[in-house]
Amino acid sequence: MTSPASAASFRFRHRHLLGIEGLSPDEISLILDIADNYVEQNRAAEKKSSLLRGRTVINLFFENSTRTRTSFELAAKRLGGDVINMSTDVSSVKKGETLIDTAMTLNAMLPDVLIVRHPDSGAVKLLSEKVNCAVINGGDGTHEHPTQALLDAVAIRRHKKRLQGLTVAICGDILHSRVARSNIHLLVAMGARVRVIGPPTLMPSGIDRLGVEVFHDMKAGLVDCDIVMMLRLQLERMQGAFVPSTREYFHFYGLTREKLALAKPDALVMHPGPMNRGVEIDSEVADDISRSLIREQVEMGVAVRMACLDVLTRRHLSNTPEAAQ
Amino acid sequence: MTAQRTEAGARGGPPLALINARLLDPASDTDQIGGIVISEGRIAEIGPQLARAGAAAGIEAIDCAQACLAPGLVDMRVQLREPGEEHKETFATASAAAAAGGVTTMVALPNTKPVVDDAALVESIARRARETSRVRIFTYAAVTRGMAGSEMTEFGLLAAAGALGFTDGLHPVASSQVMRRALMYASTFDKVIIQHPEDPTLGGNGGMNAGEIATRLGLPSIPPLAEVMQVERDLRLAQMTNGRLHIPHVSTGAAINAIRRAKARGGKVTCDTAPHYFALNEIAVGDYRTFAKVSPPLRSEIDRRAVIDGLKDGTIDCIASDHAPQDQEAKRLPFAQAAAGMIGLETLLCISLDLVHNKHLSLLEMLRKMTIAPAAILGLPYGKLAKNAPADVMLFDPERAWKIQEKDFRSKSKNSPFDGRPVEGRVLRTWIAGRPAFALVS
Repeated sequence: MTSPASAASFRFRHRHLLGIEGLSPDEISLILDIADNYVEQNRAAEKKSSLLRGRTVINLFFENSTRTRTSFELAAKRLGGDVINMSTDVSSVKKGETLIDTAMTLNAMLPDVLIVRHPDSGAVKLLSEKVNCAVINGGDGTHEHPTQALLDAVAIRRHKKRLQGLTVAICGDILHSRVARSNIHLLVAMGARVRVIGPPTLMPSGIDRLGVEVFHDMKAGLVDCDIVMMLRLQLERMQGAFVPSTREYFHFYGLTREKLALAKPDALVMHPGPMNRGVEIDSEVADDISRSLIREQVEMGVAVRMACLDVLTRRHLSNTPEAAQ
Repeated sequence: MTAQRTEAGARGGPPLALINARLLDPASDTDQIGGIVISEGRIAEIGPQLARAGAAAGIEAIDCAQACLAPGLVDMRVQLREPGEEHKETFATASAAAAAGGVTTMVALPNTKPVVDDAALVESIARRARETSRVRIFTYAAVTRGMAGSEMTEFGLLAAAGALGFTDGLHPVASSQVMRRALMYASTFDKVIIQHPEDPTLGGNGGMNAGEIATRLGLPSIPPLAEVMQVERDLRLAQMTNGRLHIPHVSTGAAINAIRRAKARGGKVTCDTAPHYFALNEIAVGDYRTFAKVSPPLRSEIDRRAVIDGLKDGTIDCIASDHAPQDQEAKRLPFAQAAAGMIGLETLLCISLDLVHNKHLSLLEMLRKMTIAPAAILGLPYGKLAKNAPADVMLFDPERAWKIQEKDFRSKSKNSPFDGRPVEGRVLRTWIAGRPAFALVS
């Protein structure tokens, strides 16, 4: 690739991408800019480039995921890398091997990038301390999911031409959402006004200290928003433990056309997927192509993950002919 | 005949004089230059007349050069992992760690494998401890069989076998009815019930204090409220039953306030805290540092200060190490899966001395909370410097600067968040029943 990006990527100081918290606005912008370039590459007939030729990327997923894993896999392949997928079903983790043993084993195979998803907060960080390659957090517990926040930001920026000054409402299960945390860190860092909306039982304590406004009344929270970001409510949390029922949740916190009307007339709707139609979002809203960015988010996911692989690997490749040009 | 040398001061050996020391005895409010003579494992003589070199003519004497000579520490809350988890700690390794920390008596929780809920186990622990440990080891017994929270253990027989009190370790007795009966029944034997201060349902599967940091880290958390909820209930039950309640490792201002009010009402309640609750706050968890995972969790800075206030005004009676050895397998895990606990025997005194250096407590006040106060609660004859008292003593330099280092720990497990911390105050020598148990090599 020609690019200001190759020079620019040296502005990314981190060995791993473990979270959005700790990234500077410049570093975030850098990834978003590079992702924009990859969107064009992905829309061209020839989708493949060679940045990662000869490099090995391992997708290590301790939690079921088809969408994120596929998105990372495609991103690495489009950059010419070799990709191996490991999930808990086939790994030795179920035989009692510890996370650190797994990390050491994989490290000995000399991968260039490890993409890790794990059900425990902090597990990806722990693993990153034991390996020599770059690690990308593909979602850890209820901590962070940085590539999701980055892809959301690319999608927003392409439509609104900016992030600064936008009012973004993040709605639903904030307590258990790593997507919410990463989005809050990113949007606050980039100068957006962030509101979180949800029932008190799904709101973590001290969330206001992250620089957001808290709303329990969705209608009040949606007024004048530019972006309405819905979160998935896990099935096991709907039946009495955190909210009384799906029906009641949809009534108060489901996004309907009527509630969306309280936001700005050109407000856009987002969802990290997979959606529970009729629980957190009405099909009518989800499928409205003039308002919903949901399908575009998936497209941006591949480009953003290419950009992340780019910034993390390019500096290690600085002695290759390609990077030296 | 094999020459088995019997140490001076010990039973069967010649007497030993420790002279020219700063005698510190909280039980008698003594703080003066003097010395002691140890004979047959007991303190035979004590007083300022032993200040000068040559004062104890004709017997072996050690000149303490005016270092502090105090009763050996009585650590009322340790987990020793024996029997059942000897890969984490044994009586022998814990004993070496304790002696190096100035601890001469320690009381173990019954949460071993098996759980100490039977008189035969209490006796076997006492026997095994005598065989392998110089430090005096006692044990609590479980309140309920298997610490399962329902059926009471044989308090009378357990007490007769040597159990110093009753506790279900890190599991609070959840049922109010079981707790009420335990408090009533234990009072028959004048034994204390020690109840972990955390509402188990509010605590849930949490591993750190609820608040901004837990939210940032995305960790399941325990609200500080869970402590006072449990403490308030147990204080009511203690008042109603006239039973003796001891609340260990209090960590929140709210719980300390509740205990303060109960004491003002004349309740038979005592409590302790551990050094990490006044030396650290939740920020120590940082980037998922599992060595800072303890139960109850490290709290906010406001609560940390409230613990210091509780120590200052006497609401908190004792300081215990809360020694909880965990091996690497139990700690090198994602935070939520990692075991709770930190080792503390070797850092109990030096971390607590911060309270003295920062002028929160006098040296005597601090020592009281680790000597005569716990001994009195548990009915033990230790923790004081007095004629005829057991010669369990430690010599320490409260100003000696050093750095806590993992490689120096004698404990089998090394899980301490204090690793690398510079501290002031070091144990120089320890004697138990007149026998030397530790001497600092410098």
